[in-house]
Amino acid sequence: MSDNGTPITSPGTAAQRSAADRTQLQTIVIRFVRHRPAMISLFLLVVIAGFAFLGPLFWKWDHTVSSDILSNQPPGGDHPLGTSSAGHDVLGQLMRGAQQTLKVALTVSLSATAFGSLWGATAGYFGGRTDAIMMRIVDVFLIVPPLVAVAALSGNTSGGTTWATIAVIIALFSWAQIARVVRGVVLSLREQEFVEAAKASGASAPWIIIRHLLPNAAGPIIVAATLLVAIAILMEAGLSFLQFGIQLPDISLGQMIGEARTAVSTRPWTFYPPGVLLVLICLTINFIGDGLRDALDPKQTRVRR
Amino acid sequence: MTTENTITTDTALEVDALSVTFPSDDGPLPAVREVSYTLRRGEALGIVGESGSGKSVTSMAVMGLLPKNAKVEGSVRLMGEEILGLPDKAISEVRGQKIAMIFQDPLTSLNPVYTIGYQIAEAVLAHNAVGKQKAWERSRELLEIVGIPSPDQRLRQYPHELSGGMRQRVVIAIAMANDPDVIIADEPTTALDVTVQAQVLEALQSARRETGAALVLITHDLGVVAGQVERVAVMYGGRIVESGPVEEVFYRPRMPYALGLLGSLPRLDEARAERLTPILGTPPSLVAMPQGCTFAPRCPMAREQCHTEEPVLLRTLDNGDRVPAQPGDADAHVAACHFSDELRADTRPEDLFRATAVDTEGVESVEELDEAEASVAGAAEGFGSAGEGPEPEPEGEPEVLLRAEDLVKNFPIRSKGLLKRKVGDVQAVSGVSLELRERETLALVGESGCGKSTTARLLLNLVRLTSGGVSYMGKPLQGLTDKQMRPLRRDLQIVFQDPFASLDPRMTVADIIAEPMLIHRTRNGDAKKRVKELLELVGLNPEHGSRYPHEFSGGQRQRIGVARALSLNPKVLVLDEPVSALDVSIQAGVINLLEDLQEELGLSYLFVSHDLSVVKHIADRVAVMYLGKIVETATTEQLFEAPAHPYTQALISAIPLPDPVKERTRERIVVTGDVPSPADPPSGCRFRTRCPKFANELSEAERSKCVDQVPELRERGSGHRDACHYSEVVELL
Repeated sequence: MSDNGTPITSPGTAAQRSAADRTQLQTIVIRFVRHRPAMISLFLLVVIAGFAFLGPLFWKWDHTVSSDILSNQPPGGDHPLGTSSAGHDVLGQLMRGAQQTLKVALTVSLSATAFGSLWGATAGYFGGRTDAIMMRIVDVFLIVPPLVAVAALSGNTSGGTTWATIAVIIALFSWAQIARVVRGVVLSLREQEFVEAAKASGASAPWIIIRHLLPNAAGPIIVAATLLVAIAILMEAGLSFLQFGIQLPDISLGQMIGEARTAVSTRPWTFYPPGVLLVLICLTINFIGDGLRDALDPKQTRVRR
Repeated sequence: MTTENTITTDTALEVDALSVTFPSDDGPLPAVREVSYTLRRGEALGIVGESGSGKSVTSMAVMGLLPKNAKVEGSVRLMGEEILGLPDKAISEVRGQKIAMIFQDPLTSLNPVYTIGYQIAEAVLAHNAVGKQKAWERSRELLEIVGIPSPDQRLRQYPHELSGGMRQRVVIAIAMANDPDVIIADEPTTALDVTVQAQVLEALQSARRETGAALVLITHDLGVVAGQVERVAVMYGGRIVESGPVEEVFYRPRMPYALGLLGSLPRLDEARAERLTPILGTPPSLVAMPQGCTFAPRCPMAREQCHTEEPVLLRTLDNGDRVPAQPGDADAHVAACHFSDELRADTRPEDLFRATAVDTEGVESVEELDEAEASVAGAAEGFGSAGEGPEPEPEGEPEVLLRAEDLVKNFPIRSKGLLKRKVGDVQAVSGVSLELRERETLALVGESGCGKSTTARLLLNLVRLTSGGVSYMGKPLQGLTDKQMRPLRRDLQIVFQDPFASLDPRMTVADIIAEPMLIHRTRNGDAKKRVKELLELVGLNPEHGSRYPHEFSGGQRQRIGVARALSLNPKVLVLDEPVSALDVSIQAGVINLLEDLQEELGLSYLFVSHDLSVVKHIADRVAVMYLGKIVETATTEQLFEAPAHPYTQALISAIPLPDPVKERTRERIVVTGDVPSPADPPSGCRFRTRCPKFANELSEAERSKCVDQVPELRERGSGHRDACHYSEVVELL
């Protein structure tokens, strides 16, 4: 018996396949929607993102110093969150700071996770010498103290330190963690018979890594990725505090907290808004990660039946 | 093993109306319901049932080992004393001293950080303050009783230094350390190979002889029950549904379930032609116990009364009247069935149950079964016409599809540390040659670690050869890259052993089955339709393609694995222990399916298995492997009628027959010891260290030939070949 199907790529094919995918996607969406903390968090994060990216378009003050602003004003009147000692509108700063922080954190998390997972999965799947070499490279990135390296690098980047440079630098020193986690998971997954079954059907290594190994490692990957968001925010704050991060007059949440650290009791309005927003961002992303992990795992909930 | 005559009228263990309920979110789960049995001193009682029938929970309840949240009712009297509900301290006094338990897994029931001697001595000292010296001596004595060679040395070893069979014997030694009155053995040999199982059962019997203990043997293996016990109780859905002397239950079952179990079992002592008869449906879920008789939904005899009224255990008198058994009469043959008088002594399983290949777990009634069978037949037709259809039977000798010559696979053992130098080789496969012809089933049989699975993977180029050659239709496979191999993979497919690990849990069943087609870019357009066809072909509901693997049972998953393998229209299917993880009543359906598919699609099977009964049922030719070498190869008839190699003979002898008289009276060829390490196989004949012929029959001069010369596979006539210098045919069945 032979198959009579020569490789045809008719237009109907793509449509059919996407239909099959959609049903699977739908189940995932349904599962996610049922995860209450994740849905609330998603809503909150959207609100925060709207505030950070769209807010500046509607608010009359931006994050820079203006001669029209009186310094050290408590919240109220023209400045709902008060003003800083140098004469910034705190609300305007908060919008810009949240925007920069979100950009850095999400860029770091997504790029480092994508690269780190692929690296780790490849090392774990091939094993042997490939694994040894790839993981020694990971070790190098793990043992260099990131702060020192970042300090050395960020002072010397051309065009000044923008949020993108900071993101790339932080990502450079975070992917190794992810790679190590994913490799560990893949080492046990690759011994499972379904991987051998795919090999027996003639699947290539990239196919197995992308279609079988990474989806099955989704749980740990998502947990690591959400943690990385928090780590990136903290690292960016630390760098900004040490003057290596985003430079004034541009501003980030970490920088705002750093500036306000001496005024927690005297001018609390400069300290609490960025602090609370930072915690909120980290929390919401963690809950969204939880929801995503559960939604992607077919064993978690039984929507069908 | 003959029935012992030491039975006295004293009762050792009396279980009366024992019920166990577990609380859960779905309400209380009745795991065991009103189980009663009596065990006399020195007697052996078998409890059989499929997974989930409550047989283990019953014995855990007797031992007082259930978690605290379990609600246990009824009474358990050990030597006349009530032990149910005793406080922790009091029950600890009883456990080990009066009643002991042997668990299934010898890997986990011994503590890895203490020596064997320490652990046995600990058991002795727990109940007798005899001093360390005495306890150590007793440990030594116990090891001798259970047949462990050089006990002095073994006492100082740790569990990981011993093989599985050896460890299980240590567990038996611990159980008998304080001369208990009752030993409960929960699946004591399930994790072991058959030849080792025979040794462990022997050790269990000597433990009984030595201590005079009564034995409760819990197992799913009807063969083991037939040979080891005097009375048997069949459990189903948390109740005993039939019980009586073992001959009565096996030869004249009075409950359709017992009959069905016997019918779904492939038999070593029966001709191949007979189809197996699986039982419909699945065992009842504890959450939703059926009304009336729990077996009624699966029972071919079920009527109105069965669905409303739960039958009680009754015995049938000679005049046909049915009465409850007398309280003292433990020997009565009782059954819980409203219509048990319709089962006569000559009723055969196939009179009641249908020999079908459809997924019996998915159907609930005979009418549904008819429908399912019709749709499978339709699918098979559609399937045939989709390809070229089965080719007509070729004239003369069938073509050889897959040929292996002198396959060798060594796995390097590397030193620890950075350098990872090679310090040795595990010789998994050493010089295996075989041929798989068109439309035939070649079985590769052997115990665990003999290299049969590695050989199967070598043939598919999933594991790289060390040396030798494989060719498919004359085209050599060795040295091909993955890319060059890909087109050939369409013809060579594999079904795996573990139905839980072989399907990607993150993919829907439809995606899993379609994956090989996607990889090979065949049938892009009608892949979906084809998935449905394939699901029908393997007897599953085609609407279930959007479900995930975890929503299916073991047998159904195995069918999904078969559908995936068939999606590319292969010519050769390698089946790596495809049914060994399944319950017998479900295994039968999968075996029937494989037989039908071969017939309809003209497939060639390489059937890898450790179970000779299944092999006898399905294979045309058999190759027996031992420590990386083929020791005997023949047609199935030749091999089972006239086995020539001592290892084959031992293997056939070790398989327990589900027939009490045959099992107790048959001639046995017993091997001793364990399989040597494949990293350092014996010189000459690899089997000589365990060979009964080498040990008992050969002279010194003859033996030296076994030590020095490697025996080659030699023709005995009509394709029957064996690798033994002194082979002799023995009739065993």
